[in-house]
Amino acid sequence: MALYGRKIGHRLGVSLLGLAALLVAIVLVALFLTLVVAAWPAIARFGWGLIGAAGWAPNRQVFGLGPALYGTVVSGVLALGLAVPVGVGVALLLTEEFVFLPRSLQGICGFLIDLLAAIPSVVYGLWGIFVLIPALGPLAAWLHGVLGDWVLFATPFLGRGMLPAVLVLALMVLPTIAAIARQSLGSLDRELRVAAMAVGATRWEAVRGVLLPAAGTRILGGVLLALGRALGETMAVTMLIGNVPDRIEASLLAPSSTIASLIANEFAEARGLQVAVLMYGALVLLGLVAGVHGLAEGILQWRSPTGNGRP
Amino acid sequence: MELAQDQLGTQVKAQVKNFSFFYGSNKAIKDVDLEVLDCKVTSMIGPSGCGKTTLLRCFNRMHDLYPGTRYEGEILLESQNLLSLDPIEVRMRIGMVFQKPNPFPKSIFENIAYGLRIRGVKDKGVINERVERALRDAAIWDEVKDRLKDMAFNLSGGQQQRLCIARALATDPEILLFDEPTSALDPIATASIEELVIGLKGKVTILIVTHNMQQAVRISDYTAFMYLGELVEFDRTDVIFNNAAQQRTREYVSGQFG
Repeated sequence: MALYGRKIGHRLGVSLLGLAALLVAIVLVALFLTLVVAAWPAIARFGWGLIGAAGWAPNRQVFGLGPALYGTVVSGVLALGLAVPVGVGVALLLTEEFVFLPRSLQGICGFLIDLLAAIPSVVYGLWGIFVLIPALGPLAAWLHGVLGDWVLFATPFLGRGMLPAVLVLALMVLPTIAAIARQSLGSLDRELRVAAMAVGATRWEAVRGVLLPAAGTRILGGVLLALGRALGETMAVTMLIGNVPDRIEASLLAPSSTIASLIANEFAEARGLQVAVLMYGALVLLGLVAGVHGLAEGILQWRSPTGNGRP
Repeated sequence: MELAQDQLGTQVKAQVKNFSFFYGSNKAIKDVDLEVLDCKVTSMIGPSGCGKTTLLRCFNRMHDLYPGTRYEGEILLESQNLLSLDPIEVRMRIGMVFQKPNPFPKSIFENIAYGLRIRGVKDKGVINERVERALRDAAIWDEVKDRLKDMAFNLSGGQQQRLCIARALATDPEILLFDEPTSALDPIATASIEELVIGLKGKVTILIVTHNMQQAVRISDYTAFMYLGELVEFDRTDVIFNNAAQQRTREYVSGQFG
């Protein structure tokens, strides 16, 4: 009898877990479906064309997500371009003993980097507006003056725009990249380091020729997770990017927009078709982020974590 | 420790002189004197914690990778003191094979070529030739010649260990260090590694740490018995195992402690 009672407890527990998992799946599907329903007027009217179209004048029913999509991808990719070398570099310094950092100092450095991830987005935005942008002024003016013929710096710096948004985004994704690079390098077999050194490699040669390639796929997976975060980052970007959603501007000094910032800016006053267009934008963003995450997961699953095949 | 008269014809490759090693303030190797003879196999035996692996790792300055370690005395490699050279230079001249096979996560070919590449060898022909020679010397060429581009991890444990030996041989080491190279392998793979080590006699100077006394008997010409960080006795392997001078050595090789 006692065993019977325990088995009922077991079944009950398993059912509850299953229910919890099911609930998550249901919420996700429901979210997606309601987004599609809400976006339907825009989907029916513009079709796929809205994704690439440029122009934004809600009072004349002119919509296009092209510039915001461009801004989303460009700001995300550029931010990663800045954050990856720094993040991986920090991870290398903390794991590879180029210098004998005392354990306590390693811990403090790691903690400080993790703390970057804990700073609320709005604080980054505020700091960007009142500290970073004024500080960037002279540099941006110089870039425009000297390299103004180059399309990246072709417009004068107006303050808010792509450049400060990219810099702050880079700072925000840095901890993710550093943490994952640290884990990836730390999970490598210690013997691998020693093996490379025993062949006569310097620390740097061991890192470049053996350890980074071994940890590379996992680091790449982490970079993509960070990209997912950067693509959807809203508050800081909205505060810094300038929110000009109607045209694609290649200059980094010009204001731009992202899908997330567009939604955050417009949802309060949106009516009718404009709401549907914003929902459409949300679907595009969801698809983009889901794709990047899926790719990241795929890469992380593809290789075993230590890079060590059979025992 | 000086060797008996009948070894005088053999050249000394390396000489450990009044050598001590410290982890922090802990003296792990105590005033050791030892001669490593050219192109012979010298084994180091002793109970766990006796310092045999610690001493082995002094020869390629592996302890330099960790803070708080200190050497005292001399290890002469053909009259040059290893302890005053750059550790990278030392490791370029003295190869090492570890307890657990530790190939790089690269192809079989690149595992061997890596040591050549960091030494600045760029000529493809030279690299191909030396990779093949190393794999032949490590008795694994026939098994891998058709799959040089395969990942090294796809090899069996014993094959991986022979690959690691080939990796060390590819750069013509003056001494090859083995740190219990068969402790992670099954008996058949162990036999093939032992055969390989015997085959390398006369070509390269070998210093091997082993926890397995029978292995020392089978493959080594000379044996050093260590205990509590000291070198108790060093002589021809047959002398150490059949007619040792020291009481402790006799007790250890007869299995009375260990």
